[in-house]
Amino acid sequence: MSKNLPLWEVFLRSRRGLEHKHVGSLHAADPEQAMQYARDVYTRRLEGCSIWVVRSADIHASQEGDAAAFFDPAEDKVYRHASFYDVPDGLKL
Amino acid sequence: MRETTYDPAHIEYVLRLGDNALILGQRLCEWSGHSALVEEDVAMANIALDYIGRARDLLTLACELDGGNQSEDDLAFKRDEEEFKNFLLCELPIGDFAWTIVRQVLLDTYHFHLYDQLQRSSDQKLATIAAKSIKESTSHLRHCSHWLTRLGDGTDESHRRVQDALNEQWRFTGELFAADAIDEFALAVGIGPDLSDLRERWHAQIASILHHATLTQPIDAPPVAGGRQGLHTEHMAGLLACMQSVQRAYPGLEW
Repeated sequence: MSKNLPLWEVFLRSRRGLEHKHVGSLHAADPEQAMQYARDVYTRRLEGCSIWVVRSADIHASQEGDAAAFFDPAEDKVYRHASFYDVPDGLKL
Repeated sequence: MRETTYDPAHIEYVLRLGDNALILGQRLCEWSGHSALVEEDVAMANIALDYIGRARDLLTLACELDGGNQSEDDLAFKRDEEEFKNFLLCELPIGDFAWTIVRQVLLDTYHFHLYDQLQRSSDQKLATIAAKSIKESTSHLRHCSHWLTRLGDGTDESHRRVQDALNEQWRFTGELFAADAIDEFALAVGIGPDLSDLRERWHAQIASILHHATLTQPIDAPPVAGGRQGLHTEHMAGLLACMQSVQRAYPGLEW
């Protein structure tokens, strides 16, 4: 039966002030049911105070094949880190 | 032996609440591992455990009122069938998923309005249990009434199954509002609500839920009752045999 239902990704915010984090996925027929199942499956032990559910099909993910072109070029660009630069003495930050 | 200063009707009132929660919770536990979806399996087990937890609180309170000579476990595992005072609707077998959802909607709606009123009970401990229970019942009712709409407004087969279950269960709902001497005592001393008022609230909400689920409210039939006097259906013995089997085989066993 679950094969006929769309897949949803579940994000939880564990405490106020923290960001939502991906915790897992589930099958459900619509957003309302996805929200209830997320509550039942992922917050049984007080794990969260806020839930996001997103249709997995609505997430656009980077492709493994693109990894070299996407991420490798950042490897030799150390000057993009703030720590690359010497801060002159006396400069007030 | 400690002296009790509480009226036996007060103790009986709390005991009935506890038995309804215990027996319905025990029935719902039978779904564990059998739902069509793993998500629903967890959801149903959560509801079952809410009821079992509520039963623990209520039976413990009944024991305290009764002088503390017995424990919640004594009440759950050592009483015989005629000593249980739950509604017959709670003890009926789980049937199929449609049958279970119909029963939950009927009883969760009842519990939602009952515990809403019990928050103002003159019994402070009962009011505290009610304040916790109302949150659980809100969530149970949301879950189960959505399922009822999904099934009622679903396929021809799902509609037929929930309508058949509703037709079959309807005559068991009269017992929920049949006030006897215990309820009149509870109302008089401010422990429990007015059941005729509760019936009106229940009917109004059930009518709305059934309409939304495209279901037809059955015609009132002569009610089937007896659970609160300890007169049960043939299904109760099997439920107790399962629930009490460990304590009956190994009296006093703990873990």
